[in-house]
Amino acid sequence: MKVLVPVKRVVDANVKVRVKPDNSGIDLSNVKMAVNPFCEIAIEEAVRLKEAGTATEVVAISVGASACQEQLRTCLALGADRAILVETDVDVQPLGIAKALAALQAKEEAELVIFGKQSIDGDNSQTGQMFAQLTGMSQGTFASEVAIDGGKVQVTREIDGGLQTIKISLPAVVTTDLRLNEPRYASLPNIMKAKKKSLDTVTADELGVDLTPSVEVVAVNPPAERAAGITVDSVEALVDKLKNEAKVIS
Amino acid sequence: MDFQIEDEHELIRDAVRKVCADFPDEYWADKDKRHEFPWEFYDAMAAGGWIGIAIPEAYGGSGRGITEASIVLEEVAASGAAMNGATALHLSIFGMHPVVKYGTDAMKQAYLPRVASGDLHVAFGVTEPDAGTDTTSITTSARLEGDQYIVRGRKVWTTKALIAERVLLLVRTTPKEKSERRTDGMTLLLAELQRPEVDISPIDKVGRNAVATCEVVYDDLPVAVADRVGEEGKGFRYLLDGLNAERILIAAEALGIGRAALRRAVAYAQDRVVFGRPIGQNQGVAFPLGEAKMRLDAAELMIRKAAWLLDQGQPCGAEANMAKWLAADASFQTADQAMQTHGGFGYASEYHVERYWREARLMRIAPISQEMILNYVTEHVLELPKSY
Ligand SMILES: Cc1cc2nc3c(=O)[nH]c(=O)nc-3n(C[C@H](O)[C@H](O)[C@H](O)COP(=O)(O)OP(=O)(O)OC[C@H]3O[C@@H](n4cnc5c(N)ncnc54)[C@H](O)[C@@H]3O)c2cc1C
Repeated sequence: MKVLVPVKRVVDANVKVRVKPDNSGIDLSNVKMAVNPFCEIAIEEAVRLKEAGTATEVVAISVGASACQEQLRTCLALGADRAILVETDVDVQPLGIAKALAALQAKEEAELVIFGKQSIDGDNSQTGQMFAQLTGMSQGTFASEVAIDGGKVQVTREIDGGLQTIKISLPAVVTTDLRLNEPRYASLPNIMKAKKKSLDTVTADELGVDLTPSVEVVAVNPPAERAAGITVDSVEALVDKLKNEAKVIS
Repeated sequence: MDFQIEDEHELIRDAVRKVCADFPDEYWADKDKRHEFPWEFYDAMAAGGWIGIAIPEAYGGSGRGITEASIVLEEVAASGAAMNGATALHLSIFGMHPVVKYGTDAMKQAYLPRVASGDLHVAFGVTEPDAGTDTTSITTSARLEGDQYIVRGRKVWTTKALIAERVLLLVRTTPKEKSERRTDGMTLLLAELQRPEVDISPIDKVGRNAVATCEVVYDDLPVAVADRVGEEGKGFRYLLDGLNAERILIAAEALGIGRAALRRAVAYAQDRVVFGRPIGQNQGVAFPLGEAKMRLDAAELMIRKAAWLLDQGQPCGAEANMAKWLAADASFQTADQAMQTHGGFGYASEYHVERYWREARLMRIAPISQEMILNYVTEHVLELPKSY
């Protein structure tokens, strides 16, 4: 079974991001970048499937600028067998990414595609679902457990207030939730092996897909700064503030 | 000229950072306080293959250069592990260099894979009570009896002696007076350490207390001739051979401590409000931190250059020595400023900068003092007359 894992290059989770002065976006100059944490979980799941003998090949794919090679190398060091970069200078959005991946899937014909449930930069949680729609594959989103069973995959989903277990047919799309696994760290021998693995580059033109963004970002604003707390002198005053200022009770 | 950082070096940095993130400052403070070797950390680094980074691939390591090894040790120190973390690994990462270079194949087969996997600890026994900087004055002796050497003498400052299975021991096989040159007549033995003929006592010291450093007395310890590294009488030269690499690694560790100290100092300068504003808003607090950053970055450049030269097989004595001096200096100044920035709390263990400060202080003394680096630079780089 071939497994594709799309991964996104995002700002490292430990970085305190800053909004650009003109509110056009996040300032990414000189900022440390990393593999999106949910995508790391996806890679880990795929590598575990390979170690268990269920998967035969794990292919990591990224859509973005040439700098994404860095994150693909990380995936190779974590155990992916090869990597493909769909190189573009366009600031890609979920639909464009899903189209590019669907075009690649038409060639790769993977039986399982594991996405992170969302990327920590845009928090869209759309790409996996759009890809499933475009390819007509079944989907199991927000997985906290994945078990391959013959031609089916059983996915335990994290839903509001509990868990839901579904069985879907292969080929399938799974998106990973936080509790699916705890990703390993790259070991030195695997970092060295990664150097010898193949990392191919294709362009959107070669795939025949149009990556032009369909959503325009109007403004990005930082969250409001938290004001200092105050002490109220009576229960009545507290209730009044909760009702009329914070408007959390009525 | 090219300052592009290789992808692989970033991968190494990231991966080491991740391992270290599981061992926060509190872990190190606790190990330091209890004088306990950081086994959990050591095992995690061994599992990731990091200990064998500079050991040849043919002997179970990864055969990478000093550039890569220095990145690992820098990141370990910078995580807040400081010297407690770096020393735990240092001897395994680079200590076996004389064996790699001059040992017989049988010796390499027997020991290197075990060092690379993290299973075998080897200490380094050179310094004696009356021979520190002046190594050629050592008096610990080995006399040949059949197929054994019998070792007698007293070493001091042997790091990891309590837990090491073996020690790379520098002994005199010919007394200094009878040697043609003072640097002749010394031999390197890979001796067993945990033996009844060996008495080991830890030394109370200022810091880096998770890793004990000991006084070690050898009372007629037998060492098989097969455990001699290279030829008899050439031990000192074998050591000189690894000195530049050693300087670079030490410099990288010092740099790491400086980075950790600066990180804490900056965070504290942002958060601590005195007279109604963050203390970092006062230039008297901010400027020294700006200076610390510049000193650390400048030291890093010298480290990278020295490591690059060494890995290219080019002479790097000047750069390696200067890197050690600059990094040790920047590291201690930064740690000291970090303590100052914290005010009274800097003196409390809870904020960790006092631990960095104690460990950064060591870097100006050992394994080579700042004065001896200046001797090297004035004599060999500026070509001024030798002073001693
Ligand atoms: C924590 C720790 C761990 C150590 N681990 C090890 C280890 O594992 N194995 C090992 O073999 N050793 C180890 N050492 C020993 C270390 O290498 C020595 O302390 C160091 O080489 C200095 O030697 P010394 O202490 O005898 O100082 P000395 O040689 O007595 O020097 C004293 C002072 O005089 C200065 N000085 C001497 N001569 C000159 C000169 N000509 N010009 C200017 N200044 C001069 C020195 O710079 C120094 O400041 C360790 C030391 C410490 C503190």
